[in-house]
Amino acid sequence: MKLSHFETSVIFALLSSIVLGVVTKRTDQERLRYGLHCFGYFLAALFGIGWLMHFLHG
Amino acid sequence: MAEATVQPVAGNLPSRSPLLILGLSWLVPGGGHFLLGKRGRGALIFGSVALSFVLGLLMRGAMFLPKSGDILTTLIQYGGFVADLSSGLFYLVSIWLGYAQEDMAGHSHDYGAKFLVAAGLLNILAMVDAWDIATGKKD
Repeated sequence: MKLSHFETSVIFALLSSIVLGVVTKRTDQERLRYGLHCFGYFLAALFGIGWLMHFLHG
Repeated sequence: MAEATVQPVAGNLPSRSPLLILGLSWLVPGGGHFLLGKRGRGALIFGSVALSFVLGLLMRGAMFLPKSGDILTTLIQYGGFVADLSSGLFYLVSIWLGYAQEDMAGHSHDYGAKFLVAAGLLNILAMVDAWDIATGKKD
């Protein structure tokens, strides 16, 4: 199986966010919100660092 | 006259040994949560760890072995081995079935090895959470 860097990163972000949401907070609503936050931060880092590398490499 | 049996529900479960919960959580990801009546959370943990591990296998990721060398090699190999082992039954069954992918060049293999490690690390988080629930530190 061959996945691109983007695909593996998004899957990793999704799975990690689910577990982080499940184990971190105390109510289901807080867990959902925290999981979504984590996923959003992962994606922001993915795109942010991606663009940063694009500009650094020229 | 026969008495009606009471079905255990979340919040009304008999107390379980935290060590049993910890051991089950390691062996079957999410199993500790199931035993504690947190079935939804257990299913999410099981699904996430299982998917991460299976994707790691499909990408032919290498398993780490407890090998020594210089300090960095030892740290990476032992750390990776502990993380792989933390997947519990997934790791044990895959080794038992003969999965022995060598570490080789290629981004797909590299991603696979990371997914295998991530599965174990996610399960460690779940084990700690199950322990906290079993010891009454959280719901």
